[in-house]
Order: sequence, then C-alpha cells, then structure tokens
Amino acid sequence: MSEQNYELIIEPTRGWFHIPWRDLMHYRDLLMILVRRDFISQYKQTILGPLWFIIQPLLTTLVFTVIFGQIARLGTDGVPPALFYLCGMVPWNYFSGCLTGTGAAFTTNAHLFSKVYFPRLIIPLSIVVSKFMALLVQLGLLIVFWIYFNGFTPAGAQLELGWRILWIPLILLQTAAVGLGTGLCLAALTAKYRDFTVLSGFLVQLWLYATPVIYTYSAIPEKWRIWVALNPMSGVVEMFKWSILEVGTPDAKLIGFSVTGTLVLLVVGLGFFTKVEKTVVDTI
Amino acid sequence: MNDTIITVENLSKRYRLGQIGMSSLRESAERFLQRLRRSSSTNKNEQPIPNLNRQGNNKQRPTDPSESQDFWALRDVSFKVQRGEVLGVIGRNGAGKSTLLKILSRITEPTSGRAILRGRVASLLEVGTGFHPELTGRENIFLNGAILGMRKREIEAKFDEIVDFSELDKFIDTPVKRYSSGMYVRLAFAVAAHLDPEILLVDEVLAVGDAEFQRKCLGKMGSVAQEGRTVLFVSHNMGAVTMLCNRAICFANGGVVQDGPSAEVTNKYLAGTTPDNGLVSYPTDSNHVHFTRAFISSDGNTPQAVIPLSLPIHVVMSYRVPTLSKQVQLVCHVWHARGTHVMSTADIDSQPELLSNRENGDYRTEFQIPPNTLAPGRYRLTLACGIPNVQLLDEQEGPSFEISDVGSYAAKWSGARRDVLLALPIQWTTGRVSAPASMVGLKLETRIS
Repeated sequence: MSEQNYELIIEPTRGWFHIPWRDLMHYRDLLMILVRRDFISQYKQTILGPLWFIIQPLLTTLVFTVIFGQIARLGTDGVPPALFYLCGMVPWNYFSGCLTGTGAAFTTNAHLFSKVYFPRLIIPLSIVVSKFMALLVQLGLLIVFWIYFNGFTPAGAQLELGWRILWIPLILLQTAAVGLGTGLCLAALTAKYRDFTVLSGFLVQLWLYATPVIYTYSAIPEKWRIWVALNPMSGVVEMFKWSILEVGTPDAKLIGFSVTGTLVLLVVGLGFFTKVEKTVVDTI
Repeated sequence: MNDTIITVENLSKRYRLGQIGMSSLRESAERFLQRLRRSSSTNKNEQPIPNLNRQGNNKQRPTDPSESQDFWALRDVSFKVQRGEVLGVIGRNGAGKSTLLKILSRITEPTSGRAILRGRVASLLEVGTGFHPELTGRENIFLNGAILGMRKREIEAKFDEIVDFSELDKFIDTPVKRYSSGMYVRLAFAVAAHLDPEILLVDEVLAVGDAEFQRKCLGKMGSVAQEGRTVLFVSHNMGAVTMLCNRAICFANGGVVQDGPSAEVTNKYLAGTTPDNGLVSYPTDSNHVHFTRAFISSDGNTPQAVIPLSLPIHVVMSYRVPTLSKQVQLVCHVWHARGTHVMSTADIDSQPELLSNRENGDYRTEFQIPPNTLAPGRYRLTLACGIPNVQLLDEQEGPSFEISDVGSYAAKWSGARRDVLLALPIQWTTGRVSAPASMVGLKLETRIS
C-alpha cells in the first residue's frame, strides 16, 4: 500500500455492489486469525475437542440409518445405507454450517462492528473457511467409511473410484457459495428484522427435507422433480454422491438449475450484504 | 503548503427514531403502506403554510411518523484539522461527537456530506475490542491487532515491545479469562499503543482503568502527538482536553458551536452546561444502571448553583437500576474549571455492601464535601457508574457550581492565593520559644553540631 498518497474519502455510497477488494486484501491476516479463534474457542474446555467434528456426523448417520434405512426402508440406490447417508451429510453439513454461521454474522458481531471498522465480509468469509476445516475432517471420515465398505463388506464390489472424484473441489466450492449466498441474505435481513433469526433455525431443517440427502433423486416422481431441482442444493448433493459413489442421476437440467441458482443466490447475497453493512450499526 | 489532513464538509447523519433497537417486519410493512397511501393521495404540494412555531408545525401533520421521528445526530458539520494537531472534541452526551467519530472511523456511513482523511487512520473507540476470553494473551494480541488493522508481520515485529509494555510476559500464554481486570486492560492498551497511524481517533477509552493506567494512556497520547501525528480526542475529561489538545471543538445538538484554543472552548462549555439552579436531568433509556438527575445544594434539598464557602456542599444524585446489578460502583469526580482533577469519590468507599448487590429500583444517593474545603471558584462534576476496570455503564457531565466567598474571608484572599484549590480553615499555632538573648546560643549550638 502506498503510504504517501493515502487518501480516504468518506461519503454516502449509493448502489449495491461495493466490495472493498483492497481492504479485504489488507485484512486477510485477520481472516486467518478469526478462523483460528473459532477453532480454538469452540473446543477449549471440551474433553473430546475436535473429535466432535466426527461424532456429530457419525451420530446423525447412525440415526438416519436406523430410522430411514431400517424402519422407513427408503431406497439408497444399492449403496450401504450408512455410507449413503454419510456421503449426503458431508456436503450438507458444510452448507448448513456456512448458512447459519453467515446468517448470524451481524447479530453475533454487533459489538465488534460498532467499535471498529474492518471489511464486514471478512466475518462471513472466515466462517466459510472455518467450516471448511470441519469439512476436511468429515471427508476423512467418509474415506474411512468408503474403505471399510469397499474392502470388508460384500457390497464393496459395486464401489469403484473414478476420475469423477476430481469434480469434488468444484462441488465443495459450489456448496460454500450456496451457503454463503443464502447466509448473506439472511444476515442482511436479520440485521433489520429479528424475525429472521427465528426463521434461519428451522429453514435449515426444512431445507434438508427438500434436498436428496436422505432419499435419492431418482426416487422422486418425474412430475415433482422440477421442484426439487429448483433447490440449488439438490444438484450439489446429487453431484457429490455421484462423484464418490457413482449413484444418482445428475442430469443436465439438475446441474443447470443448480449452478444458476447458486450464482443468483451469491450475487443477491453479496449485493444485499454490502448494501446493509454500511449502516448496519445504526439498526442492529 | 496547505497541510490539511482531515477535511469534514457538511457532514450529516440522520437516525430514524424507533428504528434503533427492535424493529419488526410488521412495522416496516406498515410504514411502507403508509408511504404508498401518501404518495397516491397526490397532495404532495399541499404543504401547510409555513409556521415559525415549531410545535404548531408538528401538530399540523401528525400523520407523518416517518419524518417526525427523524433525528439528526449531526447536521452540516464542517471543520478542518492540520497535520500534527491534537483536536479535542467535547459536548454533552448526545451532542453528536460519538457519531462524528463513528463516521470518521468508517463504522457507519454519513447520510450526506463527506470527510477526507489523508493518512492511515486508526480508531480506538474501546480498548480490547474483540478480545476472546478463551484465547491466551499471545493469541489475543494477534487477534486484537488484526482487528485494529495491523498486518500479521507488523504484529510479529512489535510483539516483544507489546508484551514489555503490558508487563505481562509471565502470563502471556494464559487465557485472558484468568486475567484480573487490570491485567486485561493493560494488555488491551499495550496493543492499541503500538498502532502506528498518521491519524488517531480516540473515544473515551480513558474512562476504564485505574488512575495509573489513565496516566499511562495520557502520557502515551501526549507522545503520539509530539511525533507529529494527528489526534482527534473525544472526551468528557476537560482537564485532559485542556492538557493534551491545542484546539477544541464543542458540539451541541449535532453541530459545532465552538471552535478555538482548547482552554477557551472548555471554559465556555463549562460555564454553559448547568442551568441556573444547577439541576441536571438525564435521559432514562438505558438498560443498565444510569443516572437520572443530579444537583448541588447546601441543604440537600434545594438545587443551587452557588454555594457559600462556609456551608457544606451536598452532591445529590438519583439513579435507576433497571435490573439487579452486581459489581457496580458510582463515582463522582470533582474538577476545577481550569481542568485540575480535584478529587474523586465512590459510593462503595463507604458502603461496600452496594458492590455485591443492587436491587432494581430508583435510588437517591448523596455525599457532602465539608464547608471550607474547596476554595472559591468554579467547579464541575462528572458522574460515572460501571464495573470497575471492566465496563463503563454510564458517564454524565454533572452539574457545575460555584463556591462563593460571601463572608469576610474574601477580603483576605488576594494575589496568588486566589488561584488555589483548597480553602481549608488551617489553624496556625505560634509560640515564642525563647527570649532574644538565648537565640544567639541556639544558633551557635546548631552550627557546632
């Protein structure tokens, strides 16, 4: 940064897209420090520490396997139910973590925001990175599951790795984008209307049922598929399962809707957030 | 060459009352519908006949809630600051000085107007912003430093210096939740003191911490100014403003009402703050312990602005405790009009039981300064309540008052003695020790020994 001609003009800004790129670059260290803070503070004074990253999806997978696999007997496209549910839960957890974390960005940091300036986008971005750490651990768990079912159970014969797993980074990027975009919208709305804090809690719950995590996309009657496809997370989860387990039918329509929806959410979220952030301190 | 470092031009900031705090979707929808209805009635040009009487004007259009609820925290504020200047910003609570600081710190945007800052800015509206109790001192130095805008390598380079300044090297790897409140503040200030900006914006950060800490802060600020930095210093502490700043501006109702040498501005401010009878009332909209009114009296009942030297000074304060509060103390500082901090006293000094528990309700408290203590002159009070070294809950400019010398005492005061702070009735006792004859002997004796 040039120290000599540094000049800052403060005036009311109009319009929607003021992403402070230069400030974001300057504050990138803060982003990493915040990630570290989240990680440390979350597991200090817990006995199991980061093991919780694993326990939570394990328990969820167990519950799903019992309820949806054993009792409700929903189909899993021939994949062992435990592997099927875990495979759906990994991107889903990342998405819901990004969404709820980002959605509360203004309300949980109100005090910080009212005392000091830094680009507000740093907070949502740090959440996306911090949840990515948890995701990596859960991906490791998924690999363990995969190896187990592949090598030690008869079902393993059907599982085969392929070049399609190279799509995973892109799929995860899209997961983060959906979570971030939705979360940014929610954050902007919550800053003004507290009604949305209540909403964001069960939004994630309901959204889960609208996404083929528990069930398969192919199990949905043809005439309803369009409604499921409108949900950007459907394509994401379906792609993820396909790239690892080679199940599901990520057709062009599903992917097209998903990518378009993600971009729309991200753009609307960013615009909304950057619009609200400028005077959020006055209303929060 | 014109070396203006801060230019503020017609800066204004509007708040919508009622919007601050809770707001629900329903209210907003109602407001929106109202706006629609108004614009559809197409009577926009049919304004009421201009009425100079403000109240009358308001009564004529009670159906316009969105406009009558507007509140201008700043209105058309313009001023310039030269490089190296230390500018004090004073004014009553709600006069707009904090809003100005928030805008200059980029915490919120102005409604109109603009400000140009030519240099790296650091603002200190609080010490220890973002400290996390679970993190160690070391981790918090990095966190706080980064929040204040330092790069990681910058913090690494200054790390040892920061630790030295805080005098906490033994505890640097202990979580700050185990720190005493004093240690906490020391660490926080150490980080802030090592910011390296060209423009420093400081709010009442000096309000926390003990006297020694405050001195350290003031000292550091003084040295910052000597290095040629520009400082904008918002304070209630007239003594500090007079001491540190060469120029001051005074805010009232969102505008600058005074601008000039700091001593001049603070004096005018002090003279104008208290109404004739010395009774001051405060807004009662806080959720924390807060003052509701305060006055000075010689009998404890009737507010007075002038107290004769020979009568006791009763300082009477009323405050409200909205919810059961613990660890709270009330402090009253007495200042001479020239800015000297004369004394301070806290309610828990004599009633320590108040520290552990304060039930909700309205309280009245008073203390007395004995007669013949403060010398004739002008004084003012500042009132503060909070959790010592941790959180300031309320701070108010108290009443100011004058000690007058109505008795014959006045006649004896002259010259240098007029400027003193104390008028204690000192008794001298004099006795003749010996007759002149033995004095010679006495002197000799002392010389020998």
